[in-house]
Amino acid sequence: MPERLLLTGNHAAAYGAMLSRAEVISAYPITPQTMIVELLSELTASGKLDATFITVESEHSAMAACVGASAAGARTYTATSGQGLALMHEMLHWAVGARLPVVLTNVSRAMAPGWSIWADQTDILSQRDVGWMMLFAESVQEAQDFIIWSYRVAEQVHLPAMVGMDAFILSHTAEPLIVHDQSAVDAYLPKFEPIYALDPEDPRAYGGLVNRDHYFELRYKIFEAMDRAGELLVAAGEEFGEVLGRRYAPLEGYLLDDAEYVIVSAGALTSNVRQAVRDARARGIKVGLLRLVAFRPFPVAAMRRILAGRRKVAVLDRNMGPGHSGIFAAEVRSALFGSSSAPEVFDYVVGLGGRDVRVETILEVLDDLITRDDPEMALFVGVKGLPIGPIRKEAEVLR
Amino acid sequence: MIELRFHGRGGQGAVVASKTLAQAAFLSGRYVQSYPDYGVERRGAPVVAFARIAEEGDDLFVRQDIREPHHLLVLDATLLTNPAVLAGLQPGGWVVANSPDSPASLGIDGRFRVATVDASRIALDHGLGSAAQPVVNTAILGAFVRATGVVTLRDLLAAIRHEVPVKAEENQLAASDAHEQVVLGVPV
Repeated sequence: MPERLLLTGNHAAAYGAMLSRAEVISAYPITPQTMIVELLSELTASGKLDATFITVESEHSAMAACVGASAAGARTYTATSGQGLALMHEMLHWAVGARLPVVLTNVSRAMAPGWSIWADQTDILSQRDVGWMMLFAESVQEAQDFIIWSYRVAEQVHLPAMVGMDAFILSHTAEPLIVHDQSAVDAYLPKFEPIYALDPEDPRAYGGLVNRDHYFELRYKIFEAMDRAGELLVAAGEEFGEVLGRRYAPLEGYLLDDAEYVIVSAGALTSNVRQAVRDARARGIKVGLLRLVAFRPFPVAAMRRILAGRRKVAVLDRNMGPGHSGIFAAEVRSALFGSSSAPEVFDYVVGLGGRDVRVETILEVLDDLITRDDPEMALFVGVKGLPIGPIRKEAEVLR
Repeated sequence: MIELRFHGRGGQGAVVASKTLAQAAFLSGRYVQSYPDYGVERRGAPVVAFARIAEEGDDLFVRQDIREPHHLLVLDATLLTNPAVLAGLQPGGWVVANSPDSPASLGIDGRFRVATVDASRIALDHGLGSAAQPVVNTAILGAFVRATGVVTLRDLLAAIRHEVPVKAEENQLAASDAHEQVVLGVPV
């Protein structure tokens, strides 16, 4: 029987890896992710989880160990955060090029300096183009479930996947979690059967030099696999509902049917958007929420269809891409470009470094959206002493 | 929905207190949320944690700091010298503080209800922590439950068995003693 427990997002992620029957876990501790690998090492040590736990001296080595284990045919998991994910970067590419379905939880934390351990999605979004699938959890439940969902798709397309979870707001929040029955997860997620695996009895070379005649096709196949992952995420998300009782999809709409205004959001701050949408509806404003669950592959077609004909769209970015805009907004604008009935997209940068993004903050954003004419590139919300708006040209504003 | 804020010092167990109280409400069938306002943890430094308890049959999805709590749990009464500790507390809300003194002696605004309990002594009676740093979290919860009735003592004791990894028996006794010994202030 499924169990209902009160657990943090971090512990839920550890349960997700355990329920997925991860066989090799290699990780390096970093706040605010440490609780994940602490619990996994305890579960492994006690024999509750039949896995090999490899301790390493850095995140780069953690991912290298995952790459090796996955190449040998093991279901492989790791977790990291912020600077740790950045240090993994080279090996993240390796997992993609070698077509290894490693799954990773990244507890999104602001990049240093200034030294910060609080929520900010710039860390994970900086890995946009490495070729990992990327999902964003909104709840403790999803911090667990998205690991299982990820393995299901990753192992079909031979691409790795990372699940994003916001620092503290999710990683350290305890809330009710349904821990699925192991036999039900086993029915959903069969044993990993790789096409190729390292085998001393049948030696082969992997990862060698590829000349100009072959590399391009390898990359093409990665692009094609990621495209296929989009369809498989939908199918596997529906199947998750049938087998495990919770249906997931790359995009989630909330009160969208007659919405003239749409707020696009990803991750834990979406919960406050739901409340703000409810509150605004009570005031007669026709507003809805579109939650970005999958960022890679990006659900372009569904997003174009859902946003067509809306009056205005606000994208909430708990991240930024200096020199352009928030990263989600750039993606949403790109997806909508060329659609004849595309709404204008207003980008609101919020909550960097874990600053509280409150229900009332989102209601202020909505008021701004309704009244503002020029979307600019990016609008900043909550910078001390400044109203919602684009960057000021005067350098002395923040002195 | 009931919103609670916990104020303590690093090492007193404020974060575990918030999770334990949430667990007690969860065990009684309510939807709950508990989370710490983490700084970089240091022993003795002020620590804040939050808990939300939904109405029966309802759930929650707000994720933000609690600025207007219904009640406060103060694990070290010296923290009350900082006016920020009482900030936003709703009128009629309880301040349940660890202090050997009477509720009136704390000099807290008459809009609030005050309860005191000598949680440090109770903790030490049961061997919880050291004289320099008693672990008072379970005692303060026992006092809080008596003052507010937000959860039953029975559910609290069950939650302690769930959440407190060491000295479960001693922690339950500390909660029960505090439940009995807490001094509830008379509204002014």
